[in-house]
Amino acid sequence: MTKVIVDGKEIDVPPDYTLLQACEAAGAEIPRFCFHERLSIAGNCRMCLIEVVGMPKPQASCAMGVKDLPPNKDGTPKILNTRTPLVKKAREGVMEFLLINHPLDCPICDQGGECDLQDQAMAYGVDASRYQENKRAVEDKYIGPLVKTIMTRCIHCTRCIRFSTEVAGVSELGAIGRGEDMEITTYLEQAMTSELQGNVVDLCPVGALTSKPYAFAARPWELNKTESIDVMDALGSAIRIDTRGREVLRILPRVNDDVNEEWISDKTRHVVDGLRTQRLDQPYIRENGRLRVATWSEAFAAIAAKVKASSAKRIGAIAGDLATVEDMFALKDLMTRLDSTNIDCRQDGSAFDPAWGRASYLFNATVAGIEAADALLIVGSNPRRESAVLNSRIRKRWRAGNFPIGVIGEKADLTYAYDYLGAGVDTLSGLAGSKFAEAIKAAERPLVLVGAGALARKDGAAVAALAAKAAIDIGAIKDSWNGFSILHSAASRVGALDIGFVPGEGGQDAAAMAGGKLDVLFLLGADEIEVAAGAFVVYIGTHGDRGAHRADVILPGAAYPEKSGTYVNTEGRVQMAARASFPPGDAREDWAILRALSDVLGHKLPYDSLGALRQALYAAHPHMQRIGLIAPGNATDIQKLAALGGKTEKATLHSSVENFYFTNPIARASAIMAECAGLANRATQTAAE
Amino acid sequence: MSVRRLAPADVQPKEFSFSKENAAWANVQVAKYPAGRQQSAIIPLLWRAQEQAGGWLPEAAIRHVAEFLSMAHIRALEVATFYTMFNLEPVGKFHVQLCGTTPCVLRGAEGLKKVCRDKIGEPGHVTGDGKFSWVEVECLGACVNAPMVQINADYFEDLTAESFTQVLDAFAAGKTPKPGPQTDRQLSAPVGGPTTLTDPSLYPTSTRLG
Repeated sequence: MTKVIVDGKEIDVPPDYTLLQACEAAGAEIPRFCFHERLSIAGNCRMCLIEVVGMPKPQASCAMGVKDLPPNKDGTPKILNTRTPLVKKAREGVMEFLLINHPLDCPICDQGGECDLQDQAMAYGVDASRYQENKRAVEDKYIGPLVKTIMTRCIHCTRCIRFSTEVAGVSELGAIGRGEDMEITTYLEQAMTSELQGNVVDLCPVGALTSKPYAFAARPWELNKTESIDVMDALGSAIRIDTRGREVLRILPRVNDDVNEEWISDKTRHVVDGLRTQRLDQPYIRENGRLRVATWSEAFAAIAAKVKASSAKRIGAIAGDLATVEDMFALKDLMTRLDSTNIDCRQDGSAFDPAWGRASYLFNATVAGIEAADALLIVGSNPRRESAVLNSRIRKRWRAGNFPIGVIGEKADLTYAYDYLGAGVDTLSGLAGSKFAEAIKAAERPLVLVGAGALARKDGAAVAALAAKAAIDIGAIKDSWNGFSILHSAASRVGALDIGFVPGEGGQDAAAMAGGKLDVLFLLGADEIEVAAGAFVVYIGTHGDRGAHRADVILPGAAYPEKSGTYVNTEGRVQMAARASFPPGDAREDWAILRALSDVLGHKLPYDSLGALRQALYAAHPHMQRIGLIAPGNATDIQKLAALGGKTEKATLHSSVENFYFTNPIARASAIMAECAGLANRATQTAAE
Repeated sequence: MSVRRLAPADVQPKEFSFSKENAAWANVQVAKYPAGRQQSAIIPLLWRAQEQAGGWLPEAAIRHVAEFLSMAHIRALEVATFYTMFNLEPVGKFHVQLCGTTPCVLRGAEGLKKVCRDKIGEPGHVTGDGKFSWVEVECLGACVNAPMVQINADYFEDLTAESFTQVLDAFAAGKTPKPGPQTDRQLSAPVGGPTTLTDPSLYPTSTRLG
């Protein structure tokens, strides 16, 4: 520890702290533009200048370490000043230079009201300009469909370049030219291809990079901000939903170091327009092959007639990928009351089974635990597509060095280097002997990342057992470390498995139910499964997607920003999404639909409010009330899983996500996601040529 | 300095790749750096690419060098646009870089500029026969021989409007004018011969140069 005196206050800081960190530890506020905690240090904006007593000039505090300070001759601690006239003058000078070329277009700038430059000019600048000459003007650049550029506003902090190179791992942005003429652009103004590109908008301290879909939509002060949880992938990123009236206008990340740090993927951020289009806003009944608008009571009566006419064995329910735990709990409860055990949440047919124990389907190492791991084996997964933010965490660990990565399955650009071991399951059983096998065996905390796609096949259970065995063999299961980690791609999956939304005794699984062996099938937002002709399908959901097209009765539900609900992310962290808006038209929250329907069916669910439903849920599954926490799985479950054995087939392993931009009905309804998918498609085709 | 952009698409060649000799030379340059640090060789490689492409860097050449060094295209473009010695637009066979910094201006660089304007045209313009182009550059470090220009790799110094015209005419006629001072001066020795230390007795016979 090193002693320094900041503004007269003596504090002890670790020697690897920068002056900026030391000052902040002492409670001083340091303005900055280029410095960002999660990016490398550039030191080019000069806004963080402070006075170091004994040094003739102000120092850029972000770029100087405490240990680099020349010691005082008499051994007294160095004195740092952040409030002296020298510092004030330095900041005013820097601000004046920054504003020389910055246009005065705040009234028409989308960053207005949440602009670092605006705020800091107010706090640290002077009130007038001495600049008489012409200002610089810079041509705007096209860098993709998500990020709008107004390059005259750029102050050359290079945060966007550092983000795309370091965090996103795709070196696309760069600075051409130099000095005053430096310009941020992509190579020949090609569209960026990273799934995390939207984050450069948040990083930009000025209005040079703004959100294209959100352009001129609203001002930050007229928005209601709701802190919630993302459901586009199984990571459960912390988000903030900004609404004006009933309309969701944008989604921004929140900081959650355990999950998403402060990044979100483009799908999370820009799926917003999908919440407005293709919405189901009133009940429908299929008559003579055509869907017609109906009232709730008509729809319920139609369902009741069918349910009463069929036996319990021939009624079933499939839960979709975006369902909340509460909705699924109510649906399971209803099915139990109807005496049916035909329930399933695994539309993709993956072989997860709650009976194997919770550890068998969790990302046991935890997302933050990736940084503690020292070797990684990826099995049947493309983390970049399945969870782009989690992939950036793997990349972060890889960048720190000494992190051998092996991949079994698809060969893809994951933004980090890896040893490609093979495509099939046999590679997993025959791992021993390879150079990578030795590296991962030698590792202290090896991580075995198994994608949901690896288990979504006929021999899924055997693959799971084999992966568990491999994890045990390489020493991934220890007293203090459980490296067997499943990466799910559906937000609802872990919650559904937690409450046992799988076929009960004698029950049929999703494939069997969809295969036409039922009379009545309830789809709770299940759009990823093709339902064969025959069954009377009741679709409770939000979008006119595959499920609604097949449905005989449509009950319009609420999308994730429109309801409060619990989601359990891939690592088993229970998180609560909040309601930011209201469902459109006659649509209702899904649990309320199920409650009303249960009454008509003669099996009234015993909860009249969400609170009462949650009480019932918490009584049955106590870990659901520990919001934000993980109830860890039991490592012995992995041993049991490995012992299951089973025969695997030769088929190659695939990722569970084919197209990053089209994984759920909301994303498929979004025009922006479609545009991104088109661009990504073209990029792959060009690369293949 | 002004904003430097790549040449318009219609003058850009579609393809570029190092000639066999240049590729071999480039591999030697890359080998100077430790493994994984091959990108350090970017500047010499871009320079060689510029020589091969006829004095300027086409977009295809920037791309080729980036791929040669396994780096992102934008990283190579950053370097190419940063350094003004990389010409992003086509230049003439004889590219004149005219020093316009203070010592040369004091000694008559303005007159040389007028010659360039008359004989070649505006800066950056290539003559119809493809032979000449000129730009004004910052100090080339030959102030003692001001005013001066650099034509391709050679310095032509102690110029006047007349002697500069003669140099350009000689190039136009296919001759190779002698580089260096265009007066009777010896390199950067005093004009009109030595003025001090001229007494031969100062020098012992044994060390006296022939």
